[in-house]
Amino acid sequence: MLARTVENVYWLARYLERAENIARMISATSNVVLDLPRGSTLQWAPLITITGSDAEFARRGLAADERAVVHFLIADASNPGSIVASLSAARENARTLREVLPTAAWEQLNRFYHEVVDEVAAGLLQRNRFDLLKRVTVNSQALSGLFDGTASRNDAWTFLQLGRYLERADMTSRIIDVRSAELARPSAAEEDPYESIKWMNVLKSLSAYQMYRLGRRTRVARGEVLDFLLRDGQFPRSCAFCLRQMTLVLGALPRAAQVLDALAAASRYLGQAELGALDPPALQQLIDEVQVHFSAVHAGLAGTYFPAAR
Amino acid sequence: MHMDWSTYPTAGRFDELVGEHGRARAGGRALMDYLAELGDGEMRIRQKAAELAIRAMGITFTVYHEQGGSIDRAWPLDILPRTIALRDWQRIDLGLRQRARALNLFIDDVYHQQRIIRDGAFPGELIATSKNYRPMCQGISPPHGVWAHICGSDLVRDHDGTVYVLEDNLRVPSGVSYMVENRAVIKRVFPELFERAAILPVDDYPSRLHEMLVSMSPRAQDRPEIVVLTPGIYNSAYFEHAYLAGQMGCELVEGRDLVVQDDDCVYMQTIRGWTRIDVIYRRIDDEFLDPEVFRADSTLGVAGLMRAWSKGNVALANAPGAGVADDKLVYTYVPAMIRYYLGEDAILPNVPSWRCRDPAQLEHVLAHLHELVVKPVDGSGGYGMLMGPSSTEDEREQFARALRAAPRDFIAQPVVSLSTVPTLVEGGIEPRHVDLRPFILSGPSPYVTTGGLTRVALRRGSLVVNSSQGGGSKDTWIVDTEA
Repeated sequence: MLARTVENVYWLARYLERAENIARMISATSNVVLDLPRGSTLQWAPLITITGSDAEFARRGLAADERAVVHFLIADASNPGSIVASLSAARENARTLREVLPTAAWEQLNRFYHEVVDEVAAGLLQRNRFDLLKRVTVNSQALSGLFDGTASRNDAWTFLQLGRYLERADMTSRIIDVRSAELARPSAAEEDPYESIKWMNVLKSLSAYQMYRLGRRTRVARGEVLDFLLRDGQFPRSCAFCLRQMTLVLGALPRAAQVLDALAAASRYLGQAELGALDPPALQQLIDEVQVHFSAVHAGLAGTYFPAAR
Repeated sequence: MHMDWSTYPTAGRFDELVGEHGRARAGGRALMDYLAELGDGEMRIRQKAAELAIRAMGITFTVYHEQGGSIDRAWPLDILPRTIALRDWQRIDLGLRQRARALNLFIDDVYHQQRIIRDGAFPGELIATSKNYRPMCQGISPPHGVWAHICGSDLVRDHDGTVYVLEDNLRVPSGVSYMVENRAVIKRVFPELFERAAILPVDDYPSRLHEMLVSMSPRAQDRPEIVVLTPGIYNSAYFEHAYLAGQMGCELVEGRDLVVQDDDCVYMQTIRGWTRIDVIYRRIDDEFLDPEVFRADSTLGVAGLMRAWSKGNVALANAPGAGVADDKLVYTYVPAMIRYYLGEDAILPNVPSWRCRDPAQLEHVLAHLHELVVKPVDGSGGYGMLMGPSSTEDEREQFARALRAAPRDFIAQPVVSLSTVPTLVEGGIEPRHVDLRPFILSGPSPYVTTGGLTRVALRRGSLVVNSSQGGGSKDTWIVDTEA
């Protein structure tokens, strides 16, 4: 398959995964805010930091309240990190890929895009918001299902997986990074009555709460949550799981040594960390290091497979 | 409200569905009965359903705007089909095959001995002055002697029912994907009708195109590497390029994906290394194909492509230089070509044309500008024409000056009234003018599409069917009335 084509497939998968992750994150945050006392410390601004768009938001000169942040992340087409912009980018990419995507998948993406764009204005209202975000996650999952059920396991499929899992691992680490900053240090955890609610929000942002309970059979506590999100081998949104999937699909590609090395280094790093004892600065340092590893994976893919800039 | 066909206006024109006294023509009976039952409200619901299907399927065309850049628009489709009886179509089909054979023999002759010129059946100076003649193609013999592998000929029907060929598009004709997709939409909208009438399928075109491209491969192998070469996503026909590549299972490539290496073969950069390409279905005009030979500033093409092609290392469809026959002055000689090469009379007539380079004919044209259509010989898309009957004094003077200054560059024709087809408009069902673009594939076994793309002028009285200028389209049914 053409080098340019697989690059477009890779980005298509990343944009789709990004839209879905943003939807899950806003949904979970909206939910937990309702449980916290008025004036509590849980803020909306971190969501902007998670999506890496602080500068973009600052340019608008708005206070980071619920209304502004939700609009910015869902509906603002000029914010490249918004749901609408991610879906639009995914659709534009897919338009250049119609010859390699199953027709049913293209139609699903097209419907998905129109449905969200048509409903987005109404969906900003608090009472409609959950419904809109649900549509994003359900449509995105339907699309994944169509790919799984109708696409051959060829090079396009391999790069769909690579894009999806790298974006997902990246998002999981970002959510931990930003949300852990506002959580108390381990020693003080017992004193904050909302500590466990906040960790539950982290889990729910990643749709991980139920699987955490099922898999860990213990209360929601810092070290255990971090271990689950970073290292669980069964949960499909944990960093370790994503790295493992990427390693598996890479078996189908030639010249994969550099990317496989980067993946192995990332996994090793995650495996060594002593999670329970980390104070917030140490945890942030750990996540920074994880992000450096993810960047190396991306650089390996781009350097090996994508067309050299001519 | 049920449709009363007796009040549908047909006076002075030929309607494709409604004949005398409001009766259906052959091929249209099942449709007309069905529409009469359907009623206006239900018809609007179906039109809405068609528009939703087009949106969901992402059937679009791209319009370029000076301010807004390229804009992707939903493809306009009127749900009322255009019907043609199979026995009428069979004659048209034969006429199109005959025409494509003669045109390919002509192009091959032009680039070899030029017998037709030596025998006095065609004026040689027209070649030298043709904008689409490529001297570097002289002496080259593409596979099967075919140059115009894909030809889109525009057909129109006059008020007396005669079908004329208006022009032959031999460079990069487009529209065939919409023919196939229109059918897919109409099948969703009117499934019942396909049970009632024997409507011939249209969707084998991509397979036929693929077979033809395979037959052109310079390397003898079962699965030659075939690609579709597009100028990119901002091209007005990008949808079609992606559609055909997808339907044929070929890579859709841009010039920047391809390289001509030292062995004068064409390669594409894949994640598994460089892969040699055998056949390129190119959707880029000659001038942009190869910056080494044509426009040096073109970034759409591939440096060295003409070298690879002239050595026979890669096949191009259509062949460079095929456009020499895509010149409206050359068009006026097609009936003569058919006689010269095939010893036959043309089955499908040309629209009668005056050649302005002939002084006597020029005088006639100048004296009758107010009733003629004047066309530039290398124009397309309906641009740069004078529509005599609706022109102003000023426009006619301008054209008179242009005609005297460069008579080679123009032909003139009488206004062809264009047949009509019932079309769903704001106030109900009204007649609107249509043309028809069938596609002819010329390979070892020639193929003509079953019908073609019907384009319709949506404004009342308008003859402009181009989608970039407010035209729409219709599904085209070849109906077997004896089945």
